[in-house]
Amino acid sequence: MGDTKLDLLQGTLDLMVLQTLAAMGEQHGYGIARRIEQVSGDEVLLNQGTIYASLVRLQQHGWIDAEWGVSDNNRKAKFYRITERGRKQLAEDAAHWQRLAAVMGRVLEQGQ
Amino acid sequence: MADGGMRRRWERVRTFFHKGPMDAELDAEMAAHLEMAIEENVRSGMSPEEGRRQAMVRFGGVQRAREEQRAARGLPGLDVLAQDLRYTVRTLRRDAGFTLVAVLILALGIGANVAVFSVVNTLLLRPLPFPEAQRLVRIATVNPTCGESCRTYSTDATREFQERNRSFTAVTGYFAFTGPNNFKLTDRAVPVPATAILVMGNFFQTLGVQPVLGRLFLPEETLHASRPVAVLSYPYWKRQFGGDRGIVGRAVSFNGTPVTVIGVLPESFDFGSVFSPGTRVDMFVPYVMSDYEDDGNALALMGRLKPGVTLEQAQEEANRLFPKLDTDLKHPEWKAHYTAHLMGLKEYVSGKLRRSLIVLWCAVGMILLIVCVNLSNLLLARAAARSKEFAMRTALGASRGRIVRQLLIESLVLSTAGAALGLGLAEGVIAWLAHQGSLALPLLSSLHVDGTAVGWTALIAVTAAFLFGLMPGLRMASGHLQEALKDSGPGSSAGRRHENVRAALVIGEVALACVLLVGAGLLLRSFLHLLDVDLGFRPEHADTITLDFDDSQKSQARVQQWQEIVRRVEAIPGVETAGITDNLPLSRNRSWGIHAKGVEYRPGELQGTFVFIVSPGYLGAIGMRLVEGRDFRWDDSNQPPPVIVNETVARALWSGKDPIGRIAEAGGTDVRVIGVIADVHETSVEGAAGWQMYLPVAAFGPEGADLVVRSALPAGTLGGSVMATLRAIDPGQPATQLRPLQGVVDHSMSSRRFFVLLVGIFAGLGLLLAALGIYGVIAYSVTRQTQEIGIRMALGASRGRVQRAVLGRTLKLVGVGLAVGLMASLLAARGIASLLYGTQPTDWMTYVGMAMLLLAVAAVAGYVPAWRASRVNPLVALRMN
Repeated sequence: MGDTKLDLLQGTLDLMVLQTLAAMGEQHGYGIARRIEQVSGDEVLLNQGTIYASLVRLQQHGWIDAEWGVSDNNRKAKFYRITERGRKQLAEDAAHWQRLAAVMGRVLEQGQ
Repeated sequence: MADGGMRRRWERVRTFFHKGPMDAELDAEMAAHLEMAIEENVRSGMSPEEGRRQAMVRFGGVQRAREEQRAARGLPGLDVLAQDLRYTVRTLRRDAGFTLVAVLILALGIGANVAVFSVVNTLLLRPLPFPEAQRLVRIATVNPTCGESCRTYSTDATREFQERNRSFTAVTGYFAFTGPNNFKLTDRAVPVPATAILVMGNFFQTLGVQPVLGRLFLPEETLHASRPVAVLSYPYWKRQFGGDRGIVGRAVSFNGTPVTVIGVLPESFDFGSVFSPGTRVDMFVPYVMSDYEDDGNALALMGRLKPGVTLEQAQEEANRLFPKLDTDLKHPEWKAHYTAHLMGLKEYVSGKLRRSLIVLWCAVGMILLIVCVNLSNLLLARAAARSKEFAMRTALGASRGRIVRQLLIESLVLSTAGAALGLGLAEGVIAWLAHQGSLALPLLSSLHVDGTAVGWTALIAVTAAFLFGLMPGLRMASGHLQEALKDSGPGSSAGRRHENVRAALVIGEVALACVLLVGAGLLLRSFLHLLDVDLGFRPEHADTITLDFDDSQKSQARVQQWQEIVRRVEAIPGVETAGITDNLPLSRNRSWGIHAKGVEYRPGELQGTFVFIVSPGYLGAIGMRLVEGRDFRWDDSNQPPPVIVNETVARALWSGKDPIGRIAEAGGTDVRVIGVIADVHETSVEGAAGWQMYLPVAAFGPEGADLVVRSALPAGTLGGSVMATLRAIDPGQPATQLRPLQGVVDHSMSSRRFFVLLVGIFAGLGLLLAALGIYGVIAYSVTRQTQEIGIRMALGASRGRVQRAVLGRTLKLVGVGLAVGLMASLLAARGIASLLYGTQPTDWMTYVGMAMLLLAVAAVAGYVPAWRASRVNPLVALRMN
């Protein structure tokens, strides 16, 4: 099963986390990880623990904020929220990715 | 984006220092995460155990996530560094013997470097301890040939120059012919001697020295017959007046006259250390210019340049002004043809020492190199012993860079410890040196280990660590993994290569030590030559004491008093002869002119002549040799007064003729030559004798009085009775010490003695370190070859043969090192040629002697392991692996 999953490219996880937060609003680490798994249709090989390195990186850039809060089922958890600067960064990175994906797509299609 | 980058960098540094809380928070977060995951799994129908297992699988390892997060948030490099540091300290502590030796060697090397740097920094690099000291300029005659008199200017020439120049904000000076203990404190039963310098009214203002208490001289205090005032030096104020702040404004009795103390100078101002190294100055009194109008050249001048005026511009102006000054002077016949050479005051104070200091600096630099080579060697040996450890670490995934870094960190830790200890050592040496008041080195009192020196230490430590850590590091990292792990046997190729590097290091070390030894040897021989110099007088078995001297005394009374002193001192049991002079050789000096009467001389043919006004018997007491004629007598006729000249003067004025009985003009007076003495070194032990003449106290006014006593008794024994006799004749005799005349000679050689001592110590240190290096390498190779030696001995090699083989290897190394070293020494010797005296830079005796010494020490260093090799028990050796 592991062989068929996509290995994450460096930097892609950060973008996924940003996008997830932008789409879902406030969310804790577990929630973000689950959401990425679901959205990707379980196609990505994600060790959920990896998400915490990504979260601290984004935090240090000032793209997301964090606050301790209480989850739906009354559990203490740290909630993350995208900041204004984070949204700007997301727009930039998403545009970049889409261009890159489009180009890659064209390049790979030409032979067929 | 750049903004984000900056912010992130800052955050990472910040988090590095908040590890604990951040880790705790992450742990809490991950725990919550896992529990939520388990809950969800259980809800979807798993058993709690299976839910937990699945959650853990999905999470992918708590520890790994923790480390990833740490690496992302903080400074992973720094974390690793801290880890390496802890590991290093642990391994070094385990190997305490090695650590101790390494740190000690380093401390010696670095300590010596810092101490010498502090001296160099104070004497050469740092400005003088005055505000805007670079604007201070010394004004002295071009090419002085007659000591201080030729470096000084008369009162009216000084005034003229002050008025005419446009380059200086102020020109000032001090009276250059002050002898020690020229004042005495007479407010007590036994007068206490003090040394006072006469300075012009604007002296301290020009230098920029402010008093810590009271004030400086007022213009009206530098006028004729004004109220006598004095400014005290800080140490004198502390010593003599107990630091009493109430002293300012009080009148203290000096020379029987009340002198008002108007101020105390700061501790940082040490006149002696700047202008007259090795002497102590107690107080300053104003030089009343109008009182000295009829005197000759007596003022040592200096000035403060106006801002923006360069030394060259000032020199150009001085070249124009000085030759013309004499037109307005009172006594143009004495003072014709003034010239002036301007020199930065700093250059004047320490310029002469530059070469010696640079040599010293090079010597300690070499010591440091030897230290580095030695440590490289030690570390190489250690690294070889640890090769398995490193191979194991490499096999476990440590990168080469990590291992090199580990080794560099190790050397950095060692050199930091060495530097800390060395700094302490240097601190001690410098503190000791700063209190060597009798050492004739300028600026000694302002010596201290300052921030620059500490920075220098840090620089040296890092450089040293790099130098001695790099070699073993690279060696190690390029080693073959499998070979090391295989427990490479003795004599394997890697081992041999290893030893070649170490051999090269030892050769370098021996060569460096050789250069140091030859340099020190040459300087030492120069010094020994100096000790053998015929000074023209015999300082051994002669003692001297400064007598009470009253400037206003009538000539007749003085002659009677001097005669009485000489007669009664000579009557003391144990005293052979005694005599009095106003100036001792190798002390202060002054000069007048002398020429044969009735002879016309070309300009430049005559020279300033050193004048000594003496009592009959003085020449015998100090041990000067009469070549012709006779000494003065108390009943000599003064019509005309007699004069005794030295051989140089006799040769110059009456070449080929008998000078005895001839009439000459000395200082404007007719005199008859009654004797000729062998030349005396009047200015320095090293310099040649100048023109000298001796005049009788009966006809000329002396400037001071020093009694010289020839006696086989030590000064300590004789001192009491001499003092009692002097007291009986003159109750005003201050409590000065009878001291051996040798002290005067020693003082004039003290800076050379100091340099020779230091270079000698460094050479000895170099030799010791080289011996240690040789021992280390040979002992190590013997250990490695134990098995081989065992086999040889089992096959019948005798003990002698084994010893010879090891010794042979040692001597081969040392021989190559010596060859390189001797060649380098020839080059280095040329660099110090100007510091040698009576010794050629190619003095073969020194080269051979030092080579033998080095060989002998090396042989001993090699013999110990050789002896040990010959004790190898073949059975034990063969069983070893």
